[in-house]
Amino acid sequence: MNDTLPITLQVNGHAHAIRVEPRKTLSDALRIDCGLTGTNVGCEHGVCGACTVLLDGAPVRSCLMFAVQAQGRALRTVEGLAQGGNLAPLQQAFIDHHALQCGFCTSGFLMLATGMLERNPTIDDASLREVLASNLCRCTGYQNILRAVAHTRDALRAGTVKNVDGAQATATSQVSR
Amino acid sequence: MKAGAFSWHPAHTLDEAVTLLAEYAPHDGRVIAGGQSLIPSMALRVAFPAHRVDINGVDELARVIVDGDDLVIGACVRHAAFHVPVEPGPLGRLLTQVVHDIAHDPIRQRGTFCGSLANADPASEWCLVAATLGARMVARSIRGARTIEAADWFQGIMSTALAEDELLAEVRLPRLAGDARAGFYEFSRRAGDYALAMALVAYRDDHGTLRDVRIGTGGVEVQPRRIAQAEAMLEGRALSEEAIAKAAAAVSAAVDPLEDVHTDATYRRSLIGTAVRRAFAQAAA
Repeated sequence: MNDTLPITLQVNGHAHAIRVEPRKTLSDALRIDCGLTGTNVGCEHGVCGACTVLLDGAPVRSCLMFAVQAQGRALRTVEGLAQGGNLAPLQQAFIDHHALQCGFCTSGFLMLATGMLERNPTIDDASLREVLASNLCRCTGYQNILRAVAHTRDALRAGTVKNVDGAQATATSQVSR
Repeated sequence: MKAGAFSWHPAHTLDEAVTLLAEYAPHDGRVIAGGQSLIPSMALRVAFPAHRVDINGVDELARVIVDGDDLVIGACVRHAAFHVPVEPGPLGRLLTQVVHDIAHDPIRQRGTFCGSLANADPASEWCLVAATLGARMVARSIRGARTIEAADWFQGIMSTALAEDELLAEVRLPRLAGDARAGFYEFSRRAGDYALAMALVAYRDDHGTLRDVRIGTGGVEVQPRRIAQAEAMLEGRALSEEAIAKAAAAVSAAVDPLEDVHTDATYRRSLIGTAVRRAFAQAAA
């Protein structure tokens, strides 16, 4: 029963061949077996949303799936947002609008909002609030997160950014390390 | 916490699923579909199954179709499927409204309609829909298929008529008449949280006279149900605020409320009466 199974996870376009027990959650497999620690684990029972990732484009709680169930599915995590040294427009908007303090919830919110905006780039304010209510933040009071996501939505609508993620990021969002 | 160890048995067809279930059910084996209630209870070590038969790969169960007077919802149809109307009539619109009170968007991307019915949480929105509209549950096993009426399905808190070797393969929801009106109201303390009380009402307005009145309650008692005495007070009568207020009072009097440290019976009785009135107001709007 404690035997491990060989599986391959497709994360951010890369294949990760790993061995896991069936009981290992997708969040633990991403962090421990794939080494992708950007996905945070908060409550481990689906309440906080810190572990949100995209599964075939849809935001899901990665603590509420077993890794064996994610075989053959396209996974995206926060590590896949910035591309070519450029932060995604949404990430830059989080910085510009002070949408994070401690940062623990940030990767979950980024993936939740990325999935939401990719599905519906013209989402109205009420629906945007409803979706963002999915995740918990204990620092910001949420208003700045709402502003950052609404700003990105408006930029998509205006055409000043092309994609939610970093694929065609603007020149102003250069990563500085 | 982490879930306890279990053996994983992915199924690819319905036949394979029920065969696996027949083999493992006697050895503490259970079905897993969306897992959005099950995996938390495994993480909290409330559920401790030795085997899991995983039906997520059974494509034939991922369909929602209109079959004559029924909407047929397969075992792998996610809540999110109802974000848009799955049926052109009042039922499709009702389900699109109700789904927004189920947990949160990411949970709705994984959790399933049939899983909610099999879990039978007293506060489940889909269970209220099934009980009020008279859904029929189709249970499959290697012994064959049987259909279970909603009135027989629910057997107390998180308890159903499903046998341990049976898979809830589909739920058949009767479609509402084209001129039917339906309303739903739920009260919970936080967005996405469990309902403390919710009401679902449906009727036809026959030139000012109420026909086919259904009044269902959820979250208040151990299981959702229709309140026949309140329905009878409105059937064949004229639609009026006064008549609805009397029916709502009858619902409050009829229920045997669940109680917890925050919510006593008096409060829940009051709440369900309000929920019924607001569900009617919404149906009429």
